[in-house]
Amino acid sequence: MLEARAIVKRYPGVTALDQVDFSVGPGEVVALIGENGAGKSTLIKILGGLTHPDSGEVLLNGKAVGLSSVSEAIKLGIGVIHQELSNLDNLDVAGNVFLGREPRQFGFLIDRREMVRRTQFFLDKLGLSISPDAPLSSLSIAHQQMVEIAKALSLEAKILVMDEPTSSLTSGETKRLLQVIGDLRAAGVAIVYVSHRLEEVKVIADRLVALRDGKNAGGLKREEISTEAMVRLMVGRDIQRQAGRPAVAREPRLQVKDLRTARYPLHSVSFDIGKGEIVGLAGLVGAGRTEVAQSVFGVHRRVSGTVTLDGEEIRSGSPHDSIQRGLYLAPEDRRHEGLITSMAVRENITLPGLSRYASVGLIQKPKEAAISEEMRTKLRIKAPTVEDAVRGLSGGNQQKVVLAKWLSLEPKCLVFDEPTRGIDVGARSEIYELMRGLADEGVAILVISSDMEEVLGLSDRIVVMHEGAVSGVLAREHATEESVMHLAVGGA
Amino acid sequence: MPKFGKELGIFFLLVVLCIFTQSMNHQFLGAANLINLASRVGMYGIFGIGAAIVIITGGIDLTVGSMFALLGVLMSIMLVDHKWNPLLAVAATIGTGCVLGVFHGFLITKVKLQPFVVTLCGLLFYRGLAQFIAKDETKGFGGAEGFKWLKEFATGNVKGVPTSFVLLIIIAIIFSVILHRSVYGRYLFAVGRNEEAARYSGINTPRVIAGAYVISGLLAGISAILFAFYTNSISPSTHGSFYELYGIAAAVLGGCSLRGGEGSIIGVLLGTVLLQVLQNLVNLLGIPSSLNFAVMGAVILIGVTADRLLHRRTAMAS
Repeated sequence: MLEARAIVKRYPGVTALDQVDFSVGPGEVVALIGENGAGKSTLIKILGGLTHPDSGEVLLNGKAVGLSSVSEAIKLGIGVIHQELSNLDNLDVAGNVFLGREPRQFGFLIDRREMVRRTQFFLDKLGLSISPDAPLSSLSIAHQQMVEIAKALSLEAKILVMDEPTSSLTSGETKRLLQVIGDLRAAGVAIVYVSHRLEEVKVIADRLVALRDGKNAGGLKREEISTEAMVRLMVGRDIQRQAGRPAVAREPRLQVKDLRTARYPLHSVSFDIGKGEIVGLAGLVGAGRTEVAQSVFGVHRRVSGTVTLDGEEIRSGSPHDSIQRGLYLAPEDRRHEGLITSMAVRENITLPGLSRYASVGLIQKPKEAAISEEMRTKLRIKAPTVEDAVRGLSGGNQQKVVLAKWLSLEPKCLVFDEPTRGIDVGARSEIYELMRGLADEGVAILVISSDMEEVLGLSDRIVVMHEGAVSGVLAREHATEESVMHLAVGGA
Repeated sequence: MPKFGKELGIFFLLVVLCIFTQSMNHQFLGAANLINLASRVGMYGIFGIGAAIVIITGGIDLTVGSMFALLGVLMSIMLVDHKWNPLLAVAATIGTGCVLGVFHGFLITKVKLQPFVVTLCGLLFYRGLAQFIAKDETKGFGGAEGFKWLKEFATGNVKGVPTSFVLLIIIAIIFSVILHRSVYGRYLFAVGRNEEAARYSGINTPRVIAGAYVISGLLAGISAILFAFYTNSISPSTHGSFYELYGIAAAVLGGCSLRGGEGSIIGVLLGTVLLQVLQNLVNLLGIPSSLNFAVMGAVILIGVTADRLLHRRTAMAS
C-alpha cells in the first residue's frame, strides 16, 4: 500500500538515510526500530511530508507520490503522531483535536457542539475519561499524548504513523492504546509503529524493520520477534541484562518525612534512601511521583514535611540550597527544565557550579573548558566539541549533559525523573551503568520511571505510590511486575 | 566567526552610512561635528547598555525617558533650591535611579507582574510625578552657582573628548567584562534563554532579573545627569520623552532579541552610533527635521530585516 524505495537523505555532515526501503500494507502493523540517530525520525518525516528525500521515491498503491507538505500527506490519508507533543496548551482538548479542521457553521463560525461531540467519540474509543472541554494545560503529559493520538484517529487516516506514542504512557494506557491499534488493524488501516519499548513491539507488530546508522539492518517476521533478536538487529551486538546488586545494610542518606505536595495536600509521603542505594519510585502517571521529586529538590515549595540529607535539613522551595548540599535532580522534561538547549555543552555543564570556575566573579575560561572536556570524555558525550549547542545532540547525549552538570559537582543524592524517556537502547544501558557506578561510590539514587523493566532492573528497593500516598515498599527480591502493579493500582 | 555575525552586519551599515553622509556634506567628519556626535553617543549609549541588559533577560524597561525628567527635576531642586553639595546631589540622583530599579525588579520578580506593564506604569507615573514636583514649570540650573565645576565636567571634555563619551567607554568596558566574562553575565543569558532550566540549575533567577533593572536604573541615573546639564533646562512634560525607545532601538539594532538571551555590549554601542549618525545625517543633508523619526524608523526596519535575511541565508548554508 505505502512503499518507500531506496530513500536517501543527507544532512550536512551525515547521511541520515542511505538507500532505505520500507513498506506497509493494509491491515498490517509494521514496527520500525533502531537506536536514536538510526534514521527512524527522518524516515517518518519523509512519510509525513515534513521533509523530502534527496533521492528515492514514495509509492502509494503503486503510484509515485510527491509528499511535498503535511497537508498533502494528510490528503493522501497519511496521519503522523510525532514524538514531540505538538499540542497547543492554551486550547481545550476538542480545539486541539480539530485544530485547522474545525467543523463550521455558516462557513466561518466554529460548530462547537459538533466538535465536542466528535471529540468525545474519539476519546471514548481510547477509553479516556477526560472532557473535550478540559484545557490542555490541565492534563498530564500522558493525557496530552493521548489527545495527540485522538487527533490522529480523527483524521481517519488509511496509514497511521506513530512515533514513540507510549513514551509517557502508563502500562494501563499503553495496553488500551495497543487494543485501539488492534482495532484499527482489523479495520484495514496500515500502521507504522516506532517504539523503544520492545515489549510492545512483541505484542503488536506483524513484522518489523530495523534501521542502523541510516541503513536497513534487516527485518523480522512475527514469529521471529524476540527481545534478543531485536536488540541484535539494532545494535549489532548482544546487551547483557545486569544482575542485581547485593543487598547490604546502609546508613540513611536522604530522609523524606511527612512530605505533602500541593498536588496531594491531604497525603503525606515518607521514605529513606541509604548511602549507595538505588530506590525506585514506581506508580501510575498522576500518582504524584514527579511532584514528590520536585518538592524534595525544591523547585516546588513543600506544603509540609522535612527533607534531610546526611542529617541536615534542606530548605523548602530552594533548588539553590539543595544544590549547595549535593542533592540534584535530573528532571523529566530535559529540554525545558534540564538544559538550556540553545547554549553550548560547556555552558550547560558548568551552569550549576559556575562560581567554582570563577575568581572575583569572573569566569576562568580554561578551568571551565577543562572540566567540561573532562566530563565529555568521561560520560562519552557524542558532541563534536563542547562548544556545540546542546540542541543538536540526540536525546541520550542530552541526558548525559544533564548528568555531567551534576557529576562535575560532588553528588550525594541524585533524583532521576524518567531518566531514559525517548532514549535508545545503547545510550540507555550507558546511563544505567553510570547510575550504578554512582551508587557504588555512595551516592543515594532515587529513580522515577514508568518503564517497569527499568525500575525492576535498577532498584535495590521500590517505593510504590498511588494517588499521592505510598502504597507499599518492596525489596528487590520481592518485586515483580505484578507485585508493583498491584500496589500501583491501589491494592493493599 | 559566527559570534560576531550580527555586529558585523550593522558595522557595515554604519560604514556605508558614514561614507554616504561624508560624500554629501564634508562637514560630517569635521572636528566640530564629530565632537557633538560623540557627546550625544555618550549620553544615549550609557542608558542603551542598561536597556540591552534588561532585554537580555527577556524583559523591557520603558521608564528611562520619564526617569530623566524626574531625576532632572529633582537634581535641579537639590542643587539650585537647596544648594546641596554637588557630589551629594550626584550620588542622590544615581541612587534614586537604582532604587527605582530595585522597585521595578521587585514588582517583576516577586509580585510577578510583566515587565512591560510594570515599566509602562513607571513611564506614566514618573512623568506625572516630575510635572507635579516641578509644578509644571521648567526647571534649570541658571548660572550654576556653587556647582560650576560639575556642570563644566558634565558638558565638557577630557583632552578634547566629550566627558559623556569617555564615561560611555569606561562603562562599556566594565559591562562588557560583566556581561561576557562574569558569572553574573552568564546567568543573565541563561535566565533570558530558559528561566526554568536556570532555576533547576540552582540560579537565583529573581535576583538575576532584578539586578538587570537595578543596572538599568543606575545607568539611567548617570545619563539623567548628563542630559540635564546638556539641555540645561528641564521641561518636565517633554524632557527625555521617548528616549527609552532610543535605548531599546539601539539594543535591537545591535543584535539583542526581545525574546531574551541574546545581545552584546559592542552591538549596543554600534546601534547607538548608528542612530546618532542618522539624526546627524538628517541635519547635515538638509532633510526636513520633521522627517527625523520617519528616517530613523525606516533605517531600523531595514537594518533588522537585512539581519534577518542574512541570518536565514547563513542558517541555510550551514
